[in-house]
Amino acid sequence: MMHMKHYLLTLTIFLPLIGAILLLFINSEKKNLLKYFALAVSALTFLISLGLFFGFRDNQVGFQFLTKIEWIKSLNISYHIGIDGISLLLILLTTFLTPLTILSSWESIKHRVKEFLFFFLVLETGMIGVFASLDLLLFYIFWEAMLIPMYFIIGVWGGENRVYAAIKFFLYTMFGSLLMLVAIIALGVSAMEKLGYFTTDYTLLKTISPTLVHSTQLLMFLAFALSFAIKVPIFPFHTWLPDAHVEAPTAGSVILAGVLLKMGTYGLLRFCLTLFPQISIELAPYLSVLGIIGIIYGALVSMVQPDMKKLIAYSSVSHLGFVVLGIFALTVESNQGALIQMINHGLSTGALFLLVGMIYDRRHTRLISEFGGIAKVVPIYSTILLIVSLSSIGLPGLNGFIGEFLILIGAFKSSTLNSHWYAAFAATGVIFAAVYLLWMYQRVVFGKLENPHNKELKDLNKREIGLLIPILLFIVWIGIYPSTFLNKSELSIKSILKEVNSQKIELIKR
Amino acid sequence: MITNYIYLTVIFPLIGFLINGLLGPKIKNEKTIGIIGSGVVGIAFIISLLAFFELLGLPAEERKVIVPLFNWISVESLNVSFSYQVDQLSLIMALVVTGVGFLIHVYSIGYMHGDKGFWRFFAYLNLFIFMMMNLVLADNFVLMFLGWEGVGLCSYLLIGFWYDRKFENSTTADAAKKAFIVNRIGDFGFLLGMFLIYKTFGSLNFDEVFTLAGKIPVAEVTITLITIFLFIGATGKSAQIPLYVWLPDAMAGPTPVSALIHAATMVTAGVYMVSRASVLFVQSEITMMIIATIGALTAIFAASMGLVQNDIKKVLAYSTISQLGYMFLASGVGAFTAAIFHLMTHAFFKALLFLGAGSVIHAMHEEQNIKNMGGLKHHLPTTYKTFLVASLAIAGIPPLSGFFSKDEILWETFATGYTFLYLIGLVTAFMTAFYVFRLFNLTFEGKPRYPSHIHPHESPKVMTIPLIILAILSAIGGFVGIPAVFVGESGNLFKNWLNPVYEPAEMFLLHVSLHSHATEILLMVISVAIAISGILLARHFYLQNIKPIEWLIDKFNRLYKLVFNKYYVDEIYNFLFVNPIVKFSEKFLWKINDTIIIDGFINGTAEMIDEIGKRIRKVQTGIAQFYALIMIFGITLIIFLLLL
Repeated sequence: MMHMKHYLLTLTIFLPLIGAILLLFINSEKKNLLKYFALAVSALTFLISLGLFFGFRDNQVGFQFLTKIEWIKSLNISYHIGIDGISLLLILLTTFLTPLTILSSWESIKHRVKEFLFFFLVLETGMIGVFASLDLLLFYIFWEAMLIPMYFIIGVWGGENRVYAAIKFFLYTMFGSLLMLVAIIALGVSAMEKLGYFTTDYTLLKTISPTLVHSTQLLMFLAFALSFAIKVPIFPFHTWLPDAHVEAPTAGSVILAGVLLKMGTYGLLRFCLTLFPQISIELAPYLSVLGIIGIIYGALVSMVQPDMKKLIAYSSVSHLGFVVLGIFALTVESNQGALIQMINHGLSTGALFLLVGMIYDRRHTRLISEFGGIAKVVPIYSTILLIVSLSSIGLPGLNGFIGEFLILIGAFKSSTLNSHWYAAFAATGVIFAAVYLLWMYQRVVFGKLENPHNKELKDLNKREIGLLIPILLFIVWIGIYPSTFLNKSELSIKSILKEVNSQKIELIKR
Repeated sequence: MITNYIYLTVIFPLIGFLINGLLGPKIKNEKTIGIIGSGVVGIAFIISLLAFFELLGLPAEERKVIVPLFNWISVESLNVSFSYQVDQLSLIMALVVTGVGFLIHVYSIGYMHGDKGFWRFFAYLNLFIFMMMNLVLADNFVLMFLGWEGVGLCSYLLIGFWYDRKFENSTTADAAKKAFIVNRIGDFGFLLGMFLIYKTFGSLNFDEVFTLAGKIPVAEVTITLITIFLFIGATGKSAQIPLYVWLPDAMAGPTPVSALIHAATMVTAGVYMVSRASVLFVQSEITMMIIATIGALTAIFAASMGLVQNDIKKVLAYSTISQLGYMFLASGVGAFTAAIFHLMTHAFFKALLFLGAGSVIHAMHEEQNIKNMGGLKHHLPTTYKTFLVASLAIAGIPPLSGFFSKDEILWETFATGYTFLYLIGLVTAFMTAFYVFRLFNLTFEGKPRYPSHIHPHESPKVMTIPLIILAILSAIGGFVGIPAVFVGESGNLFKNWLNPVYEPAEMFLLHVSLHSHATEILLMVISVAIAISGILLARHFYLQNIKPIEWLIDKFNRLYKLVFNKYYVDEIYNFLFVNPIVKFSEKFLWKINDTIIIDGFINGTAEMIDEIGKRIRKVQTGIAQFYALIMIFGITLIIFLLLL
């Protein structure tokens, strides 16, 4: 049994990749077999990742399910993986969403099905790998590896402007990650001075990096932070997002919003804070301000979008602004809130993209003005859209509230930010969220059914309902009993903050 | 002890919501849906009633029971539970909510008959009761906030219930959205209030916060900020200046909704919250003054608009805003008992007025303009009689319930030295009597002014019986709170029951009690005289001689237009806030900043790199060693820079 536990994490990471390779041996004409196979692989991955969830010990500090295998011996780079509560939840989000997105593209992806599914499974391995890596080079490789399938998913199966969007996405993120690579190598080199050998092992590096010269730390922090900021995206690096979302196929949007953006905030939380705690404290107010600008800016721009998908894309900028604020408020409340908000955003925005995709499949348009009064013809669709919108608005009792509330209350009492204005400004996002989502909802669902194209709209079928219900379940679960998830991450968050705050005490001493 | 099972009053409506919401389209049968929907609320009422008697049997200091259910959010020192508090105040609220709520549910079976959204309607109503019970029974701010926002959601759903209909110049959906968003602006205040409470007291639990608030010294400015933020929340939910604008539009919903949510229960949540947190509020003189002033101003301002409206529900909507103003006036002068007393009696007579209006609208085939009614008393005898009781009650005619509660507010205002606010209250009382009897006379008395093809008929029993019960309550409900002048200190049952709740707050109130019985009785006589004159004037003008009114309208046409158009407040808000924000977001943030500036920079960079690439291509020599050299050079340079 212990043996089993040892390989569980590795298995979770690579099962999708193995599945992807096996998929290549299936005849590309047998589309149904391909789909069922990919679905089975991703579902199995989810089941195995549940093993991680149940095997995880809430009360144990540090990383669990550790595996360390030497890889590039001369440079001390190793296959070092392990998870704490933070990565655990994000991995589960990934393994949970992937089968649903495969199911969602059951009918909408008609050509090159095999390649599509192949890329999707490769993508899953990349994403899980990012959250499990404890070696920076390994992390970087997963991070980049994931870029390629996403590029193809947008560029091949996307909308009209897909090539522009795919290249924009690629260049933006590539630019960021190159800087990160430089910073990783530089960190490894500086380890040479302190330890006597080159290494990119995260657990070793985080003991060294805080001792480096201040200006070096600052540069490295900026290199990491910029790379993550683009991914999140933090204002003003967000303009790739609406384009990528609008052009990506539904499944691509769901994974992009649901998981990929979280890699940015995960990076900030995991690496920026612990590698450069002192700089994090110093720059916290600035990053928080950017987060708040994102909250308000994203909401305002979202409000005036004529295209539903673009509206939701901009709402992501707003929601992730909350996460950034939560991370840099540096309190247990706000960081727990930030983490749960990452999960929430994955669920609610993922579901919103699914819902928009479903209506797009039927009408081949996403323009709000094309709809109105559809509650009459698609009542189930309208009800689910309402619940998900409310979750996104942050209605208490549903998941969104838990995240936003913890972030705001944490930011309000944060001694690092030390001002009420941060939370006060951020809280206006609560008002704006209601404006843009309810306004969209009203224009799409309420009113008179006038457009003749909508009169024959079919309500959701069983497959569509079936894939939305698990998401709804978690939306309510997290809203009513978030402890299931908060308990997993509490110790991990606390230990990160302990590392950061120990530097704060140092700062004060000096 | 049944009190320990008080959460059943929350769970039963939830069950009703789930059954009707999920299975409603399958059940189809209106009777079954109606019985389930009303039944669960009826059960909740019975449980509340049993709990009430149980508490009544206990000594006053033991009349508070906390019933924890399960842990909700727990991070660091933040510990919030689904946990309910039963005490004198929350029980009164629970009884009003489930009691009046039950009657309105029953009434709705008749009113909504034949509507294709019948099941949806009952599901929403049950969800509303569920949320409202969370609001009033919560033992902490966050759970209260859950109910607070939850009732807002139900209000949204029910205002927009007939989502494809027009409403005035826009649509029901617009009205619904407006209600939710304006409420959210208030909720923003509530949130900030909670944050500051948590920062100051380290908890959001009522017991912990209120106990600490009396003991530890807190900077006055902090308490003032906390209470002002909370009060902003109250102005949203309870439709006070400046956030009252959503309530008149909320009349777009079915009439039982207006009765239950937008008159009897939800809109009183703000009054309840101030009462609940009284120990915080009384510590800030500034906030108390603001509350009293806003309350009085809202009372008279809304009443003035009520004078000229022709839509039967609109008159009642402004009346509700005005009466809520009274309750805040009472709270602001520290008369919390009076506020809750008026909250209760108002729930009876205002629910009755709305349900009566519903009965009229029903009989008139959806006609709501009172100018097109008249003489309905012959066709709707029960509605007529019960409506009369409610009108007399709200006008403040003794011994009906409204007299006792309104008079207590006026007296307390006067007694605490707010003479000016008292005068405003008195003028409002006159206006109230006038507009309600203008409405009453135009609707029921005089000659019919509707087309002859309409044959109004009395509503079925399922609708009239709730009217009768509410009429009885409106008539005798005031007897629980007879002023001490008549029955002595121990005779005012309502006050004796509620007072222990306000004991911690009382310590901070400086009572400049003018305890002169003669004055009190004199004031009472004045208010009754004022009420009677309002009624008689309305009767004279609207039944016998309309000329003076027409002359007035003609003479002060501009003023009339101003009031008739609700002082153009909606238009001003649109001009000042809504339009600029939308325009700025679209024209600048999106189309200029995102599209031209940021993307221009990105695309420009890309083009530049492309251009540079074309030139640098010449450097491509094809010799691998050269590339390697450049690479090593580059990496060394970067690392050198980083380590500098």
